[in-house]
Amino acid sequence: MSVSTAQVDNGVNVQALIDARAALTDAPAAAQFSWRANCTWKKGTHSHSTVKSFFGLGEEQKHKTTFSFDADHPEVFASEDYGATPVEFVLVALGSCLTAGIAAIAQHRGIQLRSVSATVEGAMDLAGILGIDSDVRNGFSGIKVTYKIDADATPDEIKALVAQSQKRSAVYDIITNPTNVTVEIK
Amino acid sequence: MSRCLTERSIDHVVLERGEVANSWRTERWDSLRLLTPNWQSRLPGFGYEGDDPDGYRTVPEVVDFIGRYARIIAAPVQTNTAVTSVRGADGGYQVATDQGDWHCRTVVLATGACNIPQVPPPAATLSPAITTLTPPQYRNPGQLADGGVLVVGASATGTQIAAEIRRSGRSVTLAVGEHIRAPRLYRGKDIEWWMDAAGILDERYDAIPDIERARRVPSFQLTGSPERTTLDLNALTAMGVKLVGRLAAISDGKIQFSGSLRNMCALSDLKMSRLLDAIDAWAAANGIDQKVDPPHRLPPTEIEASPPLALDLVRSGIRTIIWATGFRPDYSWLDLPVLDRKGQIRHDGGVASSPGLYVMGLQFLRRRKSALIDGAGDDARDLSAHLSAYLHGRVPSS
Repeated sequence: MSVSTAQVDNGVNVQALIDARAALTDAPAAAQFSWRANCTWKKGTHSHSTVKSFFGLGEEQKHKTTFSFDADHPEVFASEDYGATPVEFVLVALGSCLTAGIAAIAQHRGIQLRSVSATVEGAMDLAGILGIDSDVRNGFSGIKVTYKIDADATPDEIKALVAQSQKRSAVYDIITNPTNVTVEIK
Repeated sequence: MSRCLTERSIDHVVLERGEVANSWRTERWDSLRLLTPNWQSRLPGFGYEGDDPDGYRTVPEVVDFIGRYARIIAAPVQTNTAVTSVRGADGGYQVATDQGDWHCRTVVLATGACNIPQVPPPAATLSPAITTLTPPQYRNPGQLADGGVLVVGASATGTQIAAEIRRSGRSVTLAVGEHIRAPRLYRGKDIEWWMDAAGILDERYDAIPDIERARRVPSFQLTGSPERTTLDLNALTAMGVKLVGRLAAISDGKIQFSGSLRNMCALSDLKMSRLLDAIDAWAAANGIDQKVDPPHRLPPTEIEASPPLALDLVRSGIRTIIWATGFRPDYSWLDLPVLDRKGQIRHDGGVASSPGLYVMGLQFLRRRKSALIDGAGDDARDLSAHLSAYLHGRVPSS
């Protein structure tokens, strides 16, 4: 890399992350986090979700504000389109997680980013969710992420940023590996 | 280590549960060859003297090599002596064995890091109709049932076994996680020649920013073959081996693989590029450029558009699973508070956290080459100096 870390500012406080890693290595209980979202049905396929509190570092935590999300189905599904579809939220999650990772890793490696944007596309055969064909899965048959990155780095360094981001991404892991899901009724 | 201790006139004994070179005799598959070329598979004062310095030793040749070395240095080996416990006692240690106990002031653990194959917990749910083998149990394709084979793990062991079983005519699926791709020959020279000449193998553990991570890096995805070919994932694909992602879960007779295969291969290709860039830079800076072929790069690892994410064991015809998923050391007999919460021994370059206790032969113990035969000499020299100072009551520097 030709750029010294002192001049690079992608807005990520890498030192804080490094300190957190060191602190949590010796305090595994503090590293146990629990993230939450609350979802309320509105009408039809429209629901409204909020994200406010989470658990971590041994106690309840709160975001600065309550974040708010409307989800719905589009008109081609005979719905009202009050919000993005749930599967589009998953694509947003993946794009956000990988992009945040790219920024953090670039900061850590002393690479100045100028612009980063991604298109995230998930292919889906509706025969799955519509119960038409039991050999077709409900979810995506595949997801493709295409990044456009302008940075002070060689093409290989940029590829390495994107590869490392996937390696350490929570959402990438959630999507590419199985996760236990338990649904209860109170 | 024994040779160093003898040179320092330090009275010692070497305890071996079987015969000299036991694990080479009992825990290796038939066709295995070392990954390092013969000239490099050397011990101090005891190099290769045959007519194939660029070849790779077979298992019987390794057993013979180690056995001759032991005799030449007159190592005081007690064979067929299994250690049952090591505990602290009387300002030193008590080592209990099935042939009697020893009391000593210092102990050197040279049991290696590869005692227990790491088999993921989901393996327990497999139907008994599927034969599972770990590398120490695998000998040759002849011992396998007819039918398909799933090899889990794509480092040196996994790729070599996958290739051999594929050549036996069986269908082979290879589950690929993190792996370290490297060309066997680069610019006409063995990759190990470059690693040695450029000083990469001599890199010290205390010069590495994240040594814990470096110690967990898998072995090079290399094979020692007389043809000196590169057995990477592209070569396996060309042989008809089917690549899938890292094994993620087993349930209801279905094995699930991660969707991360493409990135695993991208990471490996990028890492290999960085290694070759470093080699090229060293070659240019040290006047080697004119003596070797020009720089070149291997083609990217090719992955099909949509690798399978699951296998139904019955429908896929897989009869055998081979777990090439790494090893962990066995310290069950080590009755000392020197293990960390992952069961690994706490040490600083081989000086363990209990005074007078040393360990050798672990990945990147003191140098990048520590786990290679060629790494034993320098590590033994350093650690025997520390041990000697300890015995003489001097505060040792590490």
